[in-house]
Amino acid sequence: MPKMNLSHFEAAFLFSLLVSVVLGVVTKNTDRERLHYGVYTFVCFLLALFGIGWLMYLGHG
Amino acid sequence: MAKEQTEKESPGVRAWAPAVALGWLVPGGGHLLLKKTGRGVLLLVAITAMFLCGLMMRGTMFTPQGEDLLTVLINWGGWVGDVCGGVLYLMTVWLGYAQPDVAGHVHDYGTKFLVTAGLLNLLAMVDAFEIARGRKS
Repeated sequence: MPKMNLSHFEAAFLFSLLVSVVLGVVTKNTDRERLHYGVYTFVCFLLALFGIGWLMYLGHG
Repeated sequence: MAKEQTEKESPGVRAWAPAVALGWLVPGGGHLLLKKTGRGVLLLVAITAMFLCGLMMRGTMFTPQGEDLLTVLINWGGWVGDVCGGVLYLMTVWLGYAQPDVAGHVHDYGTKFLVTAGLLNLLAMVDAFEIARGRKS
């Protein structure tokens, strides 16, 4: 099996994408709501990723 | 009386057990069995991709062990998450995958990917259960 060597950002991006797909599929009742919720959770993941990333960068001094 | 009426209205175990069991064994399998093909394929692809990424990152599989409470909770919780991966977990164990727990962020992400794939499959199983019971479309 090939080895994957991802950076923090790449791994977190991939994680966000795959989790958002599943959350979108299992939570809502119509396809439109599922798509909206999937995109919404993905954007939330990315905002948290960048927000916490900047916090750690600034907090590190 | 009211209980009997509720039992008559809600489908029995035979209605949902095959979907939940297949959903555990094959990610998205419950949805495919219930003729929700699009959603089933999406779940299959997303959960399998997450599990395979975890393997390619050389994540560690948890084993149920530990002495103090925190270690027991982490190991047993992680093991349950891994087992929820169904056939992906079973094949990985049968094929002898045994990655030791080593330092490094890639391995760490891999371990989380493996557990999360199982937990997402658990969510898919609950969804299949609700569809089979008629609570969701």
